Amino acid sequence: MDIHDALEIVSKTDPGMVRSHNEDSVTYDADIGLVVLADGMGGYNAGEVASGIAVSVLSTEVRHSLQDARPEDLGGAGEELGVALLRDNVRKANLSIFRAAQSQPQYAGMGTTIVSALFYDDRVAVVHVGDSRMYRLRGEVLECVTRDHSLLQEQIDSGMISKEDARLSKNKNLVTRAVGIDADVEPELHVHDVEVGDIYLLCSDGLNDMVEDGDIGTTVQMLQNNLPLAATQLIQLANDNGGRDNVSVILVKVKGHYSAPRGWWQKLYSWFGN
Amino acid sequence: MPAKLILSMDGAVLKEYPLNKERTTIGRKPHNDIVIDNLAVSSDHAAIVTILNDSFLEDLDSTNGLAVNGTPTKKHFLQNNDVIEIGKYKLKYLNDQPTQTSAADFEKTMVLRAPVKMPPKEGFSRSPLDVTLTRKSEATAQFNATNSGMAAEASGGQPPAAVVQILNGPNAGKELELVKNLTTLGKPGVQVAVLARRPHGFFITHVEGGSFPTVNGSSIGEQPHQLRDHDLIELAGVKMEFYFKT
Repeated sequence: MDIHDALEIVSKTDPGMVRSHNEDSVTYDADIGLVVLADGMGGYNAGEVASGIAVSVLSTEVRHSLQDARPEDLGGAGEELGVALLRDNVRKANLSIFRAAQSQPQYAGMGTTIVSALFYDDRVAVVHVGDSRMYRLRGEVLECVTRDHSLLQEQIDSGMISKEDARLSKNKNLVTRAVGIDADVEPELHVHDVEVGDIYLLCSDGLNDMVEDGDIGTTVQMLQNNLPLAATQLIQLANDNGGRDNVSVILVKVKGHYSAPRGWWQKLYSWFGN
Repeated sequence: MPAKLILSMDGAVLKEYPLNKERTTIGRKPHNDIVIDNLAVSSDHAAIVTILNDSFLEDLDSTNGLAVNGTPTKKHFLQNNDVIEIGKYKLKYLNDQPTQTSAADFEKTMVLRAPVKMPPKEGFSRSPLDVTLTRKSEATAQFNATNSGMAAEASGGQPPAAVVQILNGPNAGKELELVKNLTTLGKPGVQVAVLARRPHGFFITHVEGGSFPTVNGSSIGEQPHQLRDHDLIELAGVKMEFYFKT
């Protein structure tokens, strides 16, 4: 199945109930199976600028590179192109934001989180920096696929604080990695197998700080046959609970297989199929 | 203002200690930060590790142990107004600051860099890490301070309890209590609607199917529709009545 037909994608972003402007940026490209979400930070409108740069650099560059190549192609280091593209372009976005921040005083210190996924060959490659997340709903189980780069997560990992107590912490909103605040950044990258029926949720912390994972899972599961409504409902839940931050969600539903053509006859077939 | 501990015995306040160090120790020996000269107190009784706005209490294998709010414990993540008991002494933990930023910073997002070291103590072992911290907008902090679980309580609570009663068909008379945030009605693949419980009421929305549900005989279309007491809902041929429980 063509990637465009195999995935259903919806995205929604909302300033929330308290903030006057939205510093989140989201985009997706159904033709190449790419989704990108960024949560910017910085004074005045710098947050929007940072997240906007990140999202546009990643989507434009990945799309451009995949015009005459396939994400499962192996590069020089034996690494798949899809993986290399996500990592290299997060670095590229990092440098663009960092330079803009250096050259424009009003953008000094701006930065952004990012989470981006590229679906190819019945798998998904996901890159993230900061505390924007990707969840996966498989059957009835909602699981957070990414691990926040935050002080709180470090404390959970080191056993100082239990997962249950994490909600009580006053050290929320402190990320340990961000895009654009230094000359270099270390993106975290993983590739996961995908099953038909999976639903992936990318979100900014405006969702998961306001809505418990259990409620997120129930909502996505109950409304999986109406993805736009599921997205609206998630944002509504965050806003009903106070909506202290911008809220963004991207939902991706896997409707069919999208394995890469393997043999020469398959390649030939898909060649003529187009 | 840092968090602080107030030492008292038999209701009389003895002293106040600000928690402005990464590690504050409590014990009978004079080298401790908080010295309690009493034989029931071990020479090195307990320690409090403070990271930014969070403090963690740890028993240092003391002879008589300690309790927080009446419960004996070895390790505890301190919350505002917790009372630590060591023998006859009480230490009240106060951390009422909801946030470090003022109201003026409410909308502003700032980037703050400070190396934060994880505590060196073995119980909390972890290689010391020099992280660059980026403080995201503090707008959520006030919320965090008052909220301790289900976020729904934070904003105006819940609407009164409500019920949907089925009026026709084999399940006529059955009642469905709307206790969850979302309740779906109908048959998957045929017609499904969802009932959302929100702070200001209950809303029905079309999810899937060729036709929309009706409320009091008129189609609700694709938009959410707020339900009023004794509204009649019909979907997939099933009639239901919505009403508030009193």
